[in-house]
Amino acid sequence: MIPVLIFISIVTFGLAHGVPGGPFDTEKKRPPEIRANLEKYYGLDKPIYIQYLNYMGNIITKFDFGPSLVQRGRTVNEIFAAHLPVSAQLGILALLVALLIGIPLGIVAALKQNTFWDYLGMGIAVFGVSVPNIVLGPLLIWIFALALGWFPVAGWGKPSQMVLPSIALGLGSSAIIGRLTRASMLQVIREDYIRTARAKGLTERVIMVRHALKNAFIPVATVLGPMFAALTTGTFVVEQIFAIPGMGKYFITSVTNRDYAVVMGTTLLYAVFLVIANLAVDITYAFLDPRIRYT
Amino acid sequence: MGTILEVKGLKTQFFTQDGIVNAVNGISYTVDEGETLGIVGESGCGKSVSVLSVMRLIPQPPGKIVGGQVIFEGRDLLKLSEDEMRQVRGNKISMVFQDPMTSLNPVLTIARQMTEGMELHLGLDHQQARKRAIELLEMVNIPQAKDRIDDYPHQFSGGMRQRVMIAMGLSCNPQVLIADEPTTALDVTIQAQILDLVRDLKQKIGMAIIWITHDLGIVAGLADRVLVMYAGYIIESAPVKEIYGDPRHPYTLGLLGSIPRLDAERKKKLTPIEGLPPDLIDPPPGCPFAPRCRFAIDQCLAENPTLQPVALNHHVACWVDTKRGVA
Repeated sequence: MIPVLIFISIVTFGLAHGVPGGPFDTEKKRPPEIRANLEKYYGLDKPIYIQYLNYMGNIITKFDFGPSLVQRGRTVNEIFAAHLPVSAQLGILALLVALLIGIPLGIVAALKQNTFWDYLGMGIAVFGVSVPNIVLGPLLIWIFALALGWFPVAGWGKPSQMVLPSIALGLGSSAIIGRLTRASMLQVIREDYIRTARAKGLTERVIMVRHALKNAFIPVATVLGPMFAALTTGTFVVEQIFAIPGMGKYFITSVTNRDYAVVMGTTLLYAVFLVIANLAVDITYAFLDPRIRYT
Repeated sequence: MGTILEVKGLKTQFFTQDGIVNAVNGISYTVDEGETLGIVGESGCGKSVSVLSVMRLIPQPPGKIVGGQVIFEGRDLLKLSEDEMRQVRGNKISMVFQDPMTSLNPVLTIARQMTEGMELHLGLDHQQARKRAIELLEMVNIPQAKDRIDDYPHQFSGGMRQRVMIAMGLSCNPQVLIADEPTTALDVTIQAQILDLVRDLKQKIGMAIIWITHDLGIVAGLADRVLVMYAGYIIESAPVKEIYGDPRHPYTLGLLGSIPRLDAERKKKLTPIEGLPPDLIDPPPGCPFAPRCRFAIDQCLAENPTLQPVALNHHVACWVDTKRGVA
């Protein structure tokens, strides 16, 4: 886990600094002495490996991700503190939406395979996968905020403001979960032990809930890790559309501004989330499947 | 002894992309109380499908029971509602499957899988069911049943899992136990142990058994009566001694001729049955075995023979009297 993060930090650091241009490029040329002063102030005049070691040293010893090079007087830690909770909240809600829609959709589609319900469910799934949220977001606003007036158009804070963005963000993921659940369910209900359960005279409901679901959920758990990391660390499009003060825009603007500290911070944050989420998935496996637990 | 299960004209088909597969073609047989009925035949002859049809466990679609009756306790099982059928499954008729490695749910404990049937059919509470499950495991010779009952299937060996399956099958005191090749996936020493166990349990409990196998040796040691199936038909039915002592159908003769014998001369070769079983999608007219049969006459290719008595309780579906030459 730690080596993975160190490797990612080195690659990101190298890439960010390797890209032409720098944080102090402006439309109007700055006098070279001011530029040199700025670079000296932020330590950018030193050799790149020294910069890297200083940067990592500050993170490890002081948990300090350094100052933003573009937003004067703001540190990366402050940016995280202000925006990460918002993105995480939105991400977790979106993941809930994805699970609550995706899993029932997949189960119904599998149990009613090749019927109207299957086609409807998978139709919704294809819609969810293929319509990007840059289309879905405005569409939801148009229908539920402008036409029906059920929810506010944008903003963040009140529960009513969280509904539309969560759906806009979660629907794509729910489609992935739905398709995966369906495929997994279809495989499980053909297993011999399901036939054994039927031969015992159990009702279909007990067979599905007790015998099939836990087995079918194992492959679904695999995608939840990366999905969690991607949703909770901020999403540019949905946050922009709904005017949500999340992390999303810093992923994009920090790169175009060559704001090295923010690029590093956001990337490492994503990496840490991903690694931890995957660890959580591995633990979930052990919970779901005793064959993993006992080896 | 009365008849406990009567199958009349059972016909099961599978509707596939390649056409209709005639898996079971109107077979009829009876099972008496406490009797062990062996059903033998090669792979794909309809043995499993015929008993799965009795339990109404054919996957639907593509399978469908298209005709016949299964009379049990005065009712036709094929006409029962799904709810009524569930009262029969695992309770009055239970089933043990072929592959113990995949027939138990890997994510549930042995205890959970054993008790759920008893809680449902016998109305036991969880503690009672658990107590009985431990007794059942002891009955099928699982050592330290008390501790092992909370294990998961992967912690049991294949033989032990099949014992668990048998214990599970017997848990609700069924009148009929259907065993679908329960020893095929096990090695011979474990096979022998399972057979001893089943013989022993039958002595104690006295349920009727339908034992499906392709192993004629197992049938000889276990069954009272034998049905030989071929291409979805029963082609011979007789008490076990007569099948071995006085086989009549050319296919039965062929099966027996292809078993290695300990008392045979050393260099004597086995006689295999030439050819392959017929295509069940588009079966040829006449006797399904005729193309492979060394006794075949013209009539065999034109008309399919039905089961006819040749001796007491001994029925054969063949135009030829293999004992005397051509009929």
